[in-house]
Amino acid sequence: MDILTKWLRSYLPGLDVDDRQMAEDLTLRGIAVEGEFEAACGGARFEMDITTNRVDAMNHYGVAREAAAIYDLALEPLTQGAGAPVMETKAGDGFPVRIEAEDLCGRFTARVIRGTTVGPGTGVIAEYFGALGQKPISAPVDVTNFGWMAMGQPTHVFDLDQIEGGIVVRRARAGERLRLLDGSEKTLVAEDLVVADEVKALGMAGVMGGWESRVTEATKNILVEAAWFDPAAIRASSRRHGLHTDASHRFERGADFNAAPVANHLVTRLVVEQCGGEVVGPLVDVVVAALAAKTADRAAIPLSVSEVQRHLGTTADGKGISEALVVRYLEALGCGLTRTGEGAYAVKLPSWRLDLEREIDLIEEVARVYGYNRFADTLPSFAGAVRELPHARQEAVIRETLRGVGFTEAVSSTFVSEQEAATFGGGGVALGNPLSAEAGMLRPSLAPGMATMLAHNLHRDVSTVRLFELGTVFTGSTAKVDERVGLSLGVTGGAVKTALHREEDALFYEAKGAVEALLERFEGEVSFDAAELPEWVAAGRGARVLLDGAAVGVFGELSGAELQARKLRQSCVIAAIDAQRLLRTALRQPVSRELSRFQAVERDFSFVFPDAVAWGAIEGVLRGWKLEELRRVTPVEIFRDAKGKAVAAGFYSLLLRVVFQSRERTLTEEEIAGWSEWIVGQLSALGGVQRA
Amino acid sequence: MIIPKLTDFSEASLDQYFGALHEEARQSIEDQGFDKESFRLDWLGRKQGKLKQISDALLKSAPPEAKRLIGQRFNALKEQIEIWLAVEHLLDGDSAKHLDVTLPGAGRRVGAEHPLVKTMAEIVGVFQRMGYSVGLGPEVETDFYNFEALNFPPNHPARDTQDTLVVAGQEGRPLRERLLMRTHTSPVQIRSMLEQAPPLRLVIPGKVHRNDAADATHSPVFHQVEGLCVDTNITFSDLKGTLDHAMKAFFGSAVKTRFFPSFFPFTEPSADVQISCIFCGGKGCRKCKQSGWIELLGCGMVDPAVFEAVNQRRLEMGREPVYDTRRISGFAFGMGVDRIAMMKYGISDIGLLYSGDMRFLEQFA
Repeated sequence: MDILTKWLRSYLPGLDVDDRQMAEDLTLRGIAVEGEFEAACGGARFEMDITTNRVDAMNHYGVAREAAAIYDLALEPLTQGAGAPVMETKAGDGFPVRIEAEDLCGRFTARVIRGTTVGPGTGVIAEYFGALGQKPISAPVDVTNFGWMAMGQPTHVFDLDQIEGGIVVRRARAGERLRLLDGSEKTLVAEDLVVADEVKALGMAGVMGGWESRVTEATKNILVEAAWFDPAAIRASSRRHGLHTDASHRFERGADFNAAPVANHLVTRLVVEQCGGEVVGPLVDVVVAALAAKTADRAAIPLSVSEVQRHLGTTADGKGISEALVVRYLEALGCGLTRTGEGAYAVKLPSWRLDLEREIDLIEEVARVYGYNRFADTLPSFAGAVRELPHARQEAVIRETLRGVGFTEAVSSTFVSEQEAATFGGGGVALGNPLSAEAGMLRPSLAPGMATMLAHNLHRDVSTVRLFELGTVFTGSTAKVDERVGLSLGVTGGAVKTALHREEDALFYEAKGAVEALLERFEGEVSFDAAELPEWVAAGRGARVLLDGAAVGVFGELSGAELQARKLRQSCVIAAIDAQRLLRTALRQPVSRELSRFQAVERDFSFVFPDAVAWGAIEGVLRGWKLEELRRVTPVEIFRDAKGKAVAAGFYSLLLRVVFQSRERTLTEEEIAGWSEWIVGQLSALGGVQRA
Repeated sequence: MIIPKLTDFSEASLDQYFGALHEEARQSIEDQGFDKESFRLDWLGRKQGKLKQISDALLKSAPPEAKRLIGQRFNALKEQIEIWLAVEHLLDGDSAKHLDVTLPGAGRRVGAEHPLVKTMAEIVGVFQRMGYSVGLGPEVETDFYNFEALNFPPNHPARDTQDTLVVAGQEGRPLRERLLMRTHTSPVQIRSMLEQAPPLRLVIPGKVHRNDAADATHSPVFHQVEGLCVDTNITFSDLKGTLDHAMKAFFGSAVKTRFFPSFFPFTEPSADVQISCIFCGGKGCRKCKQSGWIELLGCGMVDPAVFEAVNQRRLEMGREPVYDTRRISGFAFGMGVDRIAMMKYGISDIGLLYSGDMRFLEQFA
């Protein structure tokens, strides 16, 4: 909404503050001037940004009222602008108006003007419209728009000769058709409110006037309407029919109940001024008392100055908010104050401020007009302990460990496609109004988001990626959604083969190393198997992670189908870990053990095994031995010969290193020889053949 | 090699004998034509190595009482030869072995912190040091926590500003039970007050969602940090002082704050807070659109209607309605983490924060 300062000043004859200062003073009091431009009519054009609760200030008079309160100035009454001609009225009956929907229409004013000549708007209207860039239509319509911009009250002009009988404000008949001013034709429902005559609907009340009864160049006689409609009803109709108009904007936020007769008067006067003709009969003003009681005639609310002070605290000048200031500010805003006791008042609320309902609303008004920045900066006194989240340390350990092994933290969208939810989570919870089909589900796992991020990088020729994400995952149903903290890891490119890991397997083992590094920070025994792997993991290329025997996640290479679906040519390993479980698990507590004073003895064993014998089986046999002096068992090198020469196809050679050490004594050659023999025997029994 | 026959097994004689061997080995290392492999074979070879021959010849012929003395010297010589072999390349100044110190180092770098996570932790840290505990809440909320208890009545225009993403299939349920993606972290205020009696000081970080089409400054997913302080005699000037202090702690002590009236259904009075531009110090630049100020957060005094909703719900839960609005007051504030991170690090497109783009993220290592 735009404000012309020239127009604004017409209501504030005593104002001697320049436009720039006024813009700043208004802004600091919540009537924000976002932009300041030179206006063609002189003065400035302010681009305003006013919060939705202050619909009363979205017009020239409303802003003028704020300025009057800030500068302690008198405000010119709306109906008696300087130089306004006295309106002559010809005797006649009041136009018949009947409010049938008394719960939805609180007030309806109507007045008849006869003998008009409709032409373009002239004078101050044309001048202001030019400066505001407002499109002129015809003088009577321009007058209603002028009235709207002046005081924020929507009004309407009818071609009187199109009205059959009198005005009836009623609910629409279901299926009733109505052609609107914009040319569109609407089918109404029984909840819509219409302004009708005795025969037909004339317009959609509070939203838009009708086509048939619009004012045209041929119009000779005019009926001026200004009314008050129920906010919820107008909002519902406006949404139902997809019509957001200036009028609906105002009515659905609560118009000024007492503005209707004032606006009718203003518009009538200006129409006669612009189009000639004469006013016939009195202003008809039908009021529904029950709705007046809820708006203009609301009961006064109590206000105590001590409450103002309790909420607002100390001012920068140290004087605090005095009773005199409270009274001055509220009266300037249109409140009526009656003193009821020591520092206590009954406050009659202005009809245009439906946002004011309670004492706290008045306290806010006092703070606002005083100026927020004139309050002191104080700190509340504090007693009580600061509590850490119970799992804050675990969360920090997850992050620092993964960063330490080279993973960068990522954050991805909460939403995935239905396909992704099915593949990675076995279903999920759908959104009712998703932004797109690709983001229609709450993620049941962080894995699909990780796949998307890996693809994002690979498609931009970033071929080496190490990412992790820690975030919420959603399971359950649309009736009850369960949230857990999930963790994903994504690895692609740049893995290095080692003495144990072939080039083509290195990516998997790097991910495994990261998972091990992470889980080793927590209490519990970590193990891996290849059971129950999901379909997104390529067959034979993934593992399940267990902590104390319970599954806490899976990881593995994305299946060929998933790679193809993302147009990827490079292997990607993704891990999906139940971080919730880790957050609830105690961190491993370091315990120091006495170091042995005796020498450790290393023995290497070189064996050839069939591929079917996994390292875990070999390690298991040695661990199962429970020999106290067996300190360490390490696979040092694994070798396969693609040509099948040095090692036959289907077999691999393993160099195994075993360390013996006693805590009590120096080991003898004899016992080491005995142990070595035992090891050779066991490995042979597993199907291994010792190499020369 | 000819092993001299020893007849004198005195310590002096053994010292002289092993001393000569030691010297011989040392000289061959210093030889111009030194070759590591032939040196190793010469001395340590299993069959023809000098040490093997010495041990064969000497230890066998020596009288039992001399064996210990010989063994000590033999082992010392062997160890010395092994050490020489191991560090031989570090002993001379052969320029062919000099390192190229300009080559990059090996090994994977430590991963980067995410700018959002880092910024959020820093903001939370500022308030923790001011006595605030951390509070968390779910991302899928009910209408009650996200709107109703925060004084957004049904069909109220203020709900329009939130562009809510809703969970499917809620039509048949009572409005207050309908599930939606929380549009702000404020529901955690309600959850906390239901669980705890005042005094309360909470800082609440979290992810929030809105039905906003993505562009350079909007994302349907973003992050907020919320704060809540409730006690007896908490005032608007306390709110001002707290945020002024926090902004100075976060951005530096030169930063100034200023407060504007604003509107949020759950606070009254409500304010928007600007800080003096951290790029130009308030003189006016492109970043602050020449105004010298940057809008940073929203805040206000907790609306009594919120306390009343909490009391009402506490009663329903069989708890004391301890948020007596005649005695208790409080303030709340909230800020967008994404915007602060973007400003702090000069990020121009919010989408980068959620892309997982390594080129972008590695800048924060």
